Amino acid sequence: MNFKCKFKRQFLSGPYMVWIVGFILLPILMILYYGLTDSAGSFTLQNITAITEPIHMKALLLSLKLALLCTAVCLILAYPLAMILNGLHLKRQSFVVFIFMLPMWMNLMLRILAWQLLLSNNGIFNTVLESLGLAKVQLLNTSSAVVFGMVYDFLPFMILPIYNSMSRIGSDVIDAAKDLGANTLQVFLKIILPLTVSGVISGIIMVFVPALTSFVISDLLGGGKVLLIGNVIEQEFMQSMDWNMGSGLSIVLMVFVIASMAFMNAHGNEEGGAAVW
Amino acid sequence: MVKKISGRIYLSAIFLFLYFPILVLIVLSFNDSKSRVAWGGFTGKWYVSMFQNTAIMRAFATTIQITLTASVLATVIGTLAAIGIQAMRRRGKAILLGATNIPLLNADIVTGISMMLLFVRFTRLGFLTVLVAHLTFDIPYVILNVLPRLNATSKSAYEAALDLGATPLYAFYKIVWPDIRPGVFSGFLMAVTMSLDDFSITYFTKGAGVNTLSTMLYTELRKGIRPEMYALSTLLFGIALLLLLLINFRSARKNDIHN
Repeated sequence: MNFKCKFKRQFLSGPYMVWIVGFILLPILMILYYGLTDSAGSFTLQNITAITEPIHMKALLLSLKLALLCTAVCLILAYPLAMILNGLHLKRQSFVVFIFMLPMWMNLMLRILAWQLLLSNNGIFNTVLESLGLAKVQLLNTSSAVVFGMVYDFLPFMILPIYNSMSRIGSDVIDAAKDLGANTLQVFLKIILPLTVSGVISGIIMVFVPALTSFVISDLLGGGKVLLIGNVIEQEFMQSMDWNMGSGLSIVLMVFVIASMAFMNAHGNEEGGAAVW
Repeated sequence: MVKKISGRIYLSAIFLFLYFPILVLIVLSFNDSKSRVAWGGFTGKWYVSMFQNTAIMRAFATTIQITLTASVLATVIGTLAAIGIQAMRRRGKAILLGATNIPLLNADIVTGISMMLLFVRFTRLGFLTVLVAHLTFDIPYVILNVLPRLNATSKSAYEAALDLGATPLYAFYKIVWPDIRPGVFSGFLMAVTMSLDDFSITYFTKGAGVNTLSTMLYTELRKGIRPEMYALSTLLFGIALLLLLLINFRSARKNDIHN
């Protein structure tokens, strides 16, 4: 009887297993197939090695640079914010999630458009600078604007996991440390920081990967002047119609995503990836 | 005291950063001028004319259909999957959770492209392909929201109910369901949010003629946005705000009663 029940319960994930095979694993096999063949269907590594071409290499390096910058800025902004939020001792933590998820209900395209308006040469940002007697800054269509947009879009994904891991630290642990004579800095370095590492790591992954692979933000805020690897791939598929080349470059991108995740997981505990929210 | 005040200032600055662009868009939706930079006086006319614009209404309908269908189905499949995964041995659990993380952690552009390659080979791109793609990235959110709740439920209470003669379904409904309901609900909400906000995956898996609000806006961004789009988005945002406040308020009151 007991055995029967157990068998039945596992059976419930049946539809999902079919889904995994059909729509998660099979598509990845498709991309591997296209990436490793030429347009005639015979095996080649040319689409992969195409990454070393100067245009592609430049886009990849720029993507890495901007993604690292964006992740660093997000971390610097989010960590103190998580501490402040945690210090409010909110009874209902779901409210914090709610506040950071809500902007996503305003379409991403429009939110980026709003930044286009704000950052433009006659936009509010420059008007404020001017009224302060400072010189105008060319922001729109530069890589700074792209990083700015990425930070804006991905910041919640850094805040929530850090806040989550911080709110799980019992106040008695901190009280105990204080009773034993630790000062604020020691409490931070010896207790809060180590206990939030897993949150920081999931935050870094959740920000770095989308920043590395984004193509919309760079398209709209970079004005076509900031070419990231995501833009290159998008153009291969939608404009040049070279699906083999696009797939080959996607494989390279996937390798970078997997490598960055492996790197982060090696430096943290296994809790990292799954405890997103 | 100084620390508290500077904390509040920092908090407000971040909220300003996150919500200021939204404020700009709301203001634009009431602007009686097609210009994005000049204020032409207050008007509500875009809120009327958006209902007469068939292209916008069609994109809106498609967005809602895809979002709701994908989220509801993802919630059902994901909840069932989570229950099954929890009953599995370590190895099976690890494999399934690993596969669940793929769409979450993989780049959107790669997920979109890989699905497009699959769909183009076996069928034609259209409404259905977008729906399948959305389901694929929605299900993991449901599973990751339900699973921790399931792990926290007491196994012995469920088994006791079975021993006392309850059918598995009845025992599930009476014992497990009340515990996992908040997880199922937040999983659903997250699926709705992700579907509604998605651009990249929809962009690659949609067929010609199928447009969601995101893909429609993407093409419009180059030639100029119709002001009705601001109005529609403001309306959507307002509805979401209202709904979420209501939910939060209701469950907050429930908590107070419980305490």
